[in-house]
Amino acid sequence: MSNTATLPGTPGPASVSSSAATLRHVRYVLGENPVTAGAFALFAAFVLVALFGPWIAPYDPLATNAASALRGPSAAHWFGTDQLGRDILSRVIVATGLDFGMAVAAVFISFALGSALGACAGYYGGWIDRTVSRFADTIMAFPLFVLAMAIVAALGNSVANIIYATAIINLPFYIRVARGEINVRRNAGFVEAARLSGNSEARILALHLFPNILPPIMVQISLNMGWAILNAAGLSFIGLGVRPPQPEWGIMVAEGASYMISGEWWVSFFPGVVLMLAVFCFNLLGDGLRDMIDPRRRT
Amino acid sequence: MWQLIGRRALAAIPNVIGIVVVTFVLTRALPGDPAAFYAGPAATQEAVEQIRTKLGLDQPLWRQFIDYLGDLARGDLGLSLSTGQQVLDEILRRLPASLELTLLALLVACVIALPLGILAATRPGSWVDHACRLITTLGVSLPIFFTGLLLAYVFYYLLGVAPPPVGRLDSMFSPPPQWTGFYLIDSLIAGDLALFRAAAAQMVLPVATLAIFVLAPIARMTRAAMLGVLSSDFVRTARASGLSSGTVLYKYAFRNAMLPVVTTMGMVFSFMLGSNVVIEKVFAWPGIGSFAVDALMQSDYAPVQGFVLVMALLFVAINLMIDILYTVIDPRVTIDA
Repeated sequence: MSNTATLPGTPGPASVSSSAATLRHVRYVLGENPVTAGAFALFAAFVLVALFGPWIAPYDPLATNAASALRGPSAAHWFGTDQLGRDILSRVIVATGLDFGMAVAAVFISFALGSALGACAGYYGGWIDRTVSRFADTIMAFPLFVLAMAIVAALGNSVANIIYATAIINLPFYIRVARGEINVRRNAGFVEAARLSGNSEARILALHLFPNILPPIMVQISLNMGWAILNAAGLSFIGLGVRPPQPEWGIMVAEGASYMISGEWWVSFFPGVVLMLAVFCFNLLGDGLRDMIDPRRRT
Repeated sequence: MWQLIGRRALAAIPNVIGIVVVTFVLTRALPGDPAAFYAGPAATQEAVEQIRTKLGLDQPLWRQFIDYLGDLARGDLGLSLSTGQQVLDEILRRLPASLELTLLALLVACVIALPLGILAATRPGSWVDHACRLITTLGVSLPIFFTGLLLAYVFYYLLGVAPPPVGRLDSMFSPPPQWTGFYLIDSLIAGDLALFRAAAAQMVLPVATLAIFVLAPIARMTRAAMLGVLSSDFVRTARASGLSSGTVLYKYAFRNAMLPVVTTMGMVFSFMLGSNVVIEKVFAWPGIGSFAVDALMQSDYAPVQGFVLVMALLFVAINLMIDILYTVIDPRVTIDA
């Protein structure tokens, strides 16, 4: 009995040892590259702050206090206060949720839509492939940030539209990765086998082929996250999307811009540094993830 | 080769068509009713209808698209409501300011990034290599608006060595007579060295900001490409044949390593043209980016559409030039598109 139970798909010892091997590989890469381990820790900290920001923040991020406006960093206000006397530390903490939320939502949309379109293009070929590729090329024909600006301008000035714009300009990268990865496998042996055993084309694409593109797509996602945050913050820096009282890193830097050249550096400095750290963290993670998944492409 | 270039230029046509269609769709997707918007808040219903007819908005969509093409062919990008000027005139007047900034930053970035990447590749594991890796990872992580402000704070406020980070020229100077629209070149043509110095001083901070951002991808690609080429067989053969290390490095390795670097230039330009908008806002630079942003803030959409169109066409032209440059560097290339 025990023999027949382990036969289909051989779960049992084989998969245990392979997952153990994966774990060992991950531990080896992290040990080899302490920077990646540090990036993981920083990422975890950012996620915690993003989730529990409103409860961690020492002050109300919107509470103004004219008596203590534009004070430098002190024991009471670690990051100082802005021109309305709002506590910058609290604003930076609360903003984490919004900035991460925008980036995650945008990257998720481009991942879901882009990989589906790319997978169909790579698998079916023909007019689907031509249409999807032409669509991707048209997006790439624009300087991407400029296209994002234009989309937000056309759809209207809101946070949701910033997310859509960021998602659209990232679409081509997912389409290309998914299309390429599916295309090289569409006639592989396991696909032929699945087809012969009576699976429908859509089922083969979704269940047999799609899981194969997840590793390269994961790398793309983590490299993309940093850029998505930069892009969203850049759009709100030039005054699109997020409305002023709401704390967001890009708009906070913009609000402090005029004080920077009169010496009140902390208004822009802290949100800017945190934004930079977040992007830096994602880029390191992306590089680390790529080393783990595809050691050949190490640079 | 001319045939190749011609064929590549033809391949750019679908892109141009795509761009025109997208900008048209974006124009029609404007929030609210454009006719009511142009008429202003105090307009009567009749006035709005009149403007709708005048703008051709009562026509079917395909008709509007043909009118749009006609306007484009005549170079008519519409009127800017905030300045009352033709959008195309305004963009052409401001374009040199943006180009001067972008091209100079690209030049500075290449001058630093190429040697850095080559040095890092020839001495893997050395401090140059580590510095190169640090700079490239940091460079792509920097929010460009933040770097610009930080540089302005340090060099203008703290050290006092940079002029106020506002505009292309200090208000004490008047712009040189226009030849190219590039102040650095025009002031030299006019023989006015003081003016040249003033214009250069204004450019240092924005150019440095943009260059820091751009040199990261260039250095990264140069390093990776050089590493690949240096470990290839033909370089080993060249070394074994007793060629000097300089000849091997520059005549054999560098020229081959430039190919992947040139192909990434398209992406680099995409980033640069986008960052330009942000930089111009930070340094109050009177280029086309700040023109578009100011218009956007006043819900004046014609300049924004014109700006997007011009930027996209510029980008297509740049990609075309990059491909042509590619065939010049590598005569083996046959473009199939």
